[in-house]
Amino acid sequence: MTRRVTNQLPALVVFALGLVAWEWVFSPLAGKFLLPKPSAIATAFWHNRQLLSDAGWFTFKEALGGFVFGSAGGIVVAIVLARWRKVGEAVMPYAIAVNAIPIIAFAPITNAWFGPLNPHSKWAIAGILCFFPVLVNTLRGLTSVRPESIELMSSYAASQFEVFRRVRIPSALPFIFTGLKVGTVLAMIGAIVGDYFGGSTRALGVQIENSISLFDFPFGWAAIVVASAFGIVFYLAVGAAERLSVRGVPSTGD
Amino acid sequence: MSVVELKNVTKTFARGNTIALQGIDLAIEAGEFVSLIGPSGCGKSTLLRTIGDLIQPTSGTIVVNGKPAQQARRDRDYGIVFQDPVLYDWRTVAKNIALPLEMLGWDRTRRAKRVQEMTELVELTGFEGHHPYQLSGGMQQRVSIARALSFSPALLLMDEPFGALDEMTRERLNTELLQIWQETGSTIVFVTHSIAEAVFLSTRVVVMSARPGRIAELIEVDLKQPRTQETREDPRYFELVTAVREALARGGADKITEEALVAGDET
Repeated sequence: MTRRVTNQLPALVVFALGLVAWEWVFSPLAGKFLLPKPSAIATAFWHNRQLLSDAGWFTFKEALGGFVFGSAGGIVVAIVLARWRKVGEAVMPYAIAVNAIPIIAFAPITNAWFGPLNPHSKWAIAGILCFFPVLVNTLRGLTSVRPESIELMSSYAASQFEVFRRVRIPSALPFIFTGLKVGTVLAMIGAIVGDYFGGSTRALGVQIENSISLFDFPFGWAAIVVASAFGIVFYLAVGAAERLSVRGVPSTGD
Repeated sequence: MSVVELKNVTKTFARGNTIALQGIDLAIEAGEFVSLIGPSGCGKSTLLRTIGDLIQPTSGTIVVNGKPAQQARRDRDYGIVFQDPVLYDWRTVAKNIALPLEMLGWDRTRRAKRVQEMTELVELTGFEGHHPYQLSGGMQQRVSIARALSFSPALLLMDEPFGALDEMTRERLNTELLQIWQETGSTIVFVTHSIAEAVFLSTRVVVMSARPGRIAELIEVDLKQPRTQETREDPRYFELVTAVREALARGGADKITEEALVAGDET
């Protein structure tokens, strides 16, 4: 424990120095509107802690809904494409091409489809954002199994189902989690940007948008900090799930 | 009865129009330890895989345990060991060894008992709960051998199992493998590119030549059993090593042409 603290000491020092420089150097230079002091942001958070954490939770649920459906869809489609290679070869170039599109640009469109107040509009954009990295990573995991592993299963006269259950899916797990971790970040981005284009006043993105319009920058920054906190916890939770389910592989750290 | 019987087996790969195997006739009797040796590209690994029905021949017949190779594979009549141990990282040593037993539907107690016997056989008692990455290369390959033998197949196919190990580990595992062979009475078909290993282990060495892959010569190894470190100093051992080396030279081991290298190694 002591050693872990010692290991993280340099990072903590940099964090503290960063805050000090922000408070007494950068913020005075930039002006308190453009870059509020950390102390002002902290005060704004404290005065609005209930509102902000409720808003954060609201938007996190939007992100989570999209994450669950988008990731599940990505994994299922990857399994189908890995099982029927010909279909995969036909579809994959498009999946990769779509993955390169800045999908976030569709946020106003999903709002139009489902209505800005309907959480499904945020699920849709967060879900589409998660779908492709999970699909691409899962498919890579499922298909990058060593040929001898498959030959071994053939020597046991294993069915395709058994090959997936015993070899392909377990060996794809680390890849799937890589996709899921990217997905957590993208889902939060999707939900917040979705809020920007219209949503419930209870949503964090809407709170950020409104406070900035009213030049309440400390509140806006505090809301961004809350969004980051939810995003980090989301990421760490998936990381913890990874450590629980991916066993027997030396941990590489993040 | 022959455990393995190949008649006029030919394998051509469409890609590059390569003739990997041509007119292979070979019968392997129960209890034999047969090594396949030859230059890169002679098709020795391909030949092993046709016996295991992992690759189907273009023509010819393969009979394993008195039935077509495909039926033998479906009946799980053989165990196989590759150069790479092919252990599943997410399974412990015990669970890797038990993999074929799970697929055969053995219950938990029966599996545990067999795993214990197998870890004793390959001298890995105490490592049952370890994961593969915690073991040395030699230990990993012992797990792989235990897994292949766990369901007591009559036939063991081995594709350069010790090729990636250092010389000392390889010699120790050679001796262990011979002990296992004598204890289990199984038939072993063993692919290697080491002349010394082939002579030390085998009752018969099949010398192959490349392009197309053919059987050049069969050499009976009449060294006495059981083989020990002293076997490696026996004058007869050196005579046989020389005989295999000369057979390889006659079979065209030195004729590995540029074409062969371009066409790629056997798969």
